[in-house]
Amino acid sequence: MDYSQFLIMRGEISLLLVFLLIFLFDTFGGKKSLKGLSITACVLFALHTVWNIIPVDSATAFGGMYQTSPIASMVKTVLNIGTLIVLLQSISWSDTPDVKLRRGEFYELLLVTLFGMYLMVSSGHFLLFFIGLETASLPMAALIAINKKDTESYEAGAKYLFTAVFSSAVFLLGLSFLYGVSGSLYFGDIAVAIASNHTPLLIATLVFVLAGMGFKLSLVPFHLWTADVYQGAPTQVTSYLSVISKGAAAFALMLILYKVFFLDPVIWQGIMWALIVLTITVGNLFAIRQKNLKRFLAFSSISQAGYIMLGIIAGSAQGMAALVYYVLVYIFSNLAAFGVISSVERSSGKVGMDDYNGLYKTNPKLSVVMMLAMFSLAGIPPFAGFFSKFFIFASAIHSGFYILVLIALLNTIISLYYYLLVVKAMFINNENDCAIAPFRSDNASRVSLIVCVAGILLLGIVSCVYTYFTDLSLIGA
Amino acid sequence: MNFLSLFVLIPLLMMLGLWIARDMKQIRTVAVIGSTILLALSVYTLVEFLAERAAGNTATMLFTDSRMWYAPLNIHYAVGVDGVSVAMLLLSSIIVFAGVFASWKINPLPKEYFLWFMLLSTGVFGFFISVDLFTMFMFYEVALIPMYLLIGVWGSGRKNYSAMKLTLMLMGGSALLMIGILGIYYQSGLHSMNVVEIAEHGNIPMNWQYFLFPMTFVGFGVLGAMFPFHTWSPDGHASAPTAVSMLHAGVLMKLGGYGCFRVAIYLMPQAATELAWIFLILTGISVVYGAFSACVQTDLKYINAYSSVSHCGLVLFAILMLNTTAMTGAVMQMLSHGLMTALFFALIGMIYGRTHTRDIREMGGLMQIMPFLSVCYVIAGLASLGLPGLSGFVAEMTIFVGSFEHTDTFHRVFTIVACTSIVITAVYILRVVGKLLFGAVQNEHHRELTDAEWWERLSAITLIVCVAVIGCFPNWISDLIRQGVEPITNLLSQAL
Repeated sequence: MDYSQFLIMRGEISLLLVFLLIFLFDTFGGKKSLKGLSITACVLFALHTVWNIIPVDSATAFGGMYQTSPIASMVKTVLNIGTLIVLLQSISWSDTPDVKLRRGEFYELLLVTLFGMYLMVSSGHFLLFFIGLETASLPMAALIAINKKDTESYEAGAKYLFTAVFSSAVFLLGLSFLYGVSGSLYFGDIAVAIASNHTPLLIATLVFVLAGMGFKLSLVPFHLWTADVYQGAPTQVTSYLSVISKGAAAFALMLILYKVFFLDPVIWQGIMWALIVLTITVGNLFAIRQKNLKRFLAFSSISQAGYIMLGIIAGSAQGMAALVYYVLVYIFSNLAAFGVISSVERSSGKVGMDDYNGLYKTNPKLSVVMMLAMFSLAGIPPFAGFFSKFFIFASAIHSGFYILVLIALLNTIISLYYYLLVVKAMFINNENDCAIAPFRSDNASRVSLIVCVAGILLLGIVSCVYTYFTDLSLIGA
Repeated sequence: MNFLSLFVLIPLLMMLGLWIARDMKQIRTVAVIGSTILLALSVYTLVEFLAERAAGNTATMLFTDSRMWYAPLNIHYAVGVDGVSVAMLLLSSIIVFAGVFASWKINPLPKEYFLWFMLLSTGVFGFFISVDLFTMFMFYEVALIPMYLLIGVWGSGRKNYSAMKLTLMLMGGSALLMIGILGIYYQSGLHSMNVVEIAEHGNIPMNWQYFLFPMTFVGFGVLGAMFPFHTWSPDGHASAPTAVSMLHAGVLMKLGGYGCFRVAIYLMPQAATELAWIFLILTGISVVYGAFSACVQTDLKYINAYSSVSHCGLVLFAILMLNTTAMTGAVMQMLSHGLMTALFFALIGMIYGRTHTRDIREMGGLMQIMPFLSVCYVIAGLASLGLPGLSGFVAEMTIFVGSFEHTDTFHRVFTIVACTSIVITAVYILRVVGKLLFGAVQNEHHRELTDAEWWERLSAITLIVCVAVIGCFPNWISDLIRQGVEPITNLLSQAL
């Protein structure tokens, strides 16, 4: 066996190393030193991120089981950056009495799910893909329920577990059909086998695969778990779930569609079209009525998933680059919002939109961060969200989806309405009696918020990131 | 670096200065210095531009500079000006200058107010210097979003409702615009975002023009208050703080007219000649309907907002006449309306700041109480109804002469219909002047009010001087504009 194949997997290996180190630290570290676990995790993970920042060339390993490309390894870096921000935001939370004892588990489970996503992003075989998918979802249920004393967190964990298992079953059914149609589980073999063979069974396969992934991405009509889980889970886990998990699933879905069904995109583009319109519209309309900010961001993230899908439907290298860029920008914007929410939640226990009334008078800096996040999510220039929306729309238009983009654009007006409601609460509404008192958030979350704000402000103005992604996706495709 | 980029850089530097400013005095210093530099810069641009033209440079855009920004989509940061944009830059800087003085005593949160105000100006200036569709669109949206907070935080009346309505409607327009821009980019066959390049070498297929022209024209038309998309304008203007109303009616609405002219008509002349009649009807309705609506309003700001709908409708109306004279008139109307409506809103803000009412039924005899403001108000009114010697006359005269150059019945009938707005304008202007300024004093408390302070005088006088200069010496400015309009009308005559 050629052991040099492991070198191709160096991202996965270094992540496993981080995981093992934390695991050993947690097991043998003794009670006193556990306080340093959070910092250690951040430092180790930062090293891992930096170590893997240069993308790997296109390569396959283990007989085509494992495939990687520059853009896929860039996606891993994007996920790393997001995870690092989540880890920074979790430091002070993991010191709270409820979580303190399970601190080690939090970091370990988190890294395991990330490892699963890595496998999803760079698999060349559906078996590896499925293992990755399961590794990414099952520990997630434990993460959501990590706060044992909180019944809501418990309920959310159970809900997530059931939907995840169910969606995996649907996905597996799709895979078995696919195996029946093509006689192989290798992406390349399937693509060749189904190229000249359009049976209704293939359409059924596609529906099952899309439905299975739709659960992960919380596309409408597979979104019903999202709001409850987001609300019940600890805010750190929610933010991880809403950006990292979603970004990985979106890229994985795109890889399946591009690699397996690329010869005839028309068969999936029709289904996708309807899914996108439903996702964006329903997500937006439900977000308007939400008063709890975590539920609000749940529905906002549903509609954002719809925008991400626009990059997939384009079916081109341009769409791929736009998607990865969109996910990166979305990570910064959404994590900024979640960072503010978790800081406020920890200091005052409040997550209602009305509680944010007059926040600018008491906590001006946090309100400005929140405002930037909202503007970026709504796609207002000169913030990064505008550029990512523009490029993803451009990729869809390039493939001729004018009506779809028009619908998506009209939906951005609805989304602007509800994002402005948050801005209005903070800046325009007068504070009520129980306004949030001024407080200082901890240093780690400050750092994470500064990183997010820098991302929101610079990613658009500085063009090299998107250009770089385009170059990478052209090599990869 | 090209000096045009300073138009974007200076407001950004001012924002930085405002950010570190500590008290009201420093905030004012930064605002005044910055807006004065902008004014000087736009005058410098004008002088340089005229010198360059006199030296025989006949390129469509002068002082161009183009730097690659996003290579995958061939997006450049490209700047350049022609006669029309020079005029618009001049207008914007005058109004920003006057606006700073009109918001001398802004309260609460003066720092944030000026920060947003300067972000708005960045968008406006950036829009007028851009020749790249993407940057143009970006600056357009940069100019829109500060309006929400400016109205929401510092406004009055139903400010939440108005701010939200205004923002959402204008963003709706920009949604159509984004489709239009991407469509132009992918259909022109050039993969270029440069306006001049597309206009000169692009070839957008006719069936696409039928789709993209309405998208871009309506997209910009929303901001130009085209019927039936004008409803954001009265509410927005009525609720906005003084300087924001000035900048919004004075400059931001001109973005709509300028965009229709620069993007919709310039890039798709064939569709423009075919489809102009539809929009001519809509803008014709704006002109007359706006004027009639102004007649029955009792709130001073609503009167002027509807009058703006009417006057901005006239701008779009004239642009759609698609000939050199009418288009020149349209740009002059943008200038003239920008200046006089800013003057109106400034004066209304000053009166409101004293009387705390804008209802004309509760005020009267202000001429005895605050003669300076009242005289200014009369001058603004006379400019608005088109008194010779002031800017309104020159602009409207040019527009109607240009419109009547069309020999067919349709255009002539519509020109006559639009002409009636002049008479209706006289009705509502004189009604207000008579009631507000010369009637009996309605409220005895008003007798104790004072006249304008120095900063208010400065703001008003700046604007009046400009209105009078355009009115008395219209030739140089109409020459300047005509040079900018001609490339477009040349394309149109080829399209016919």
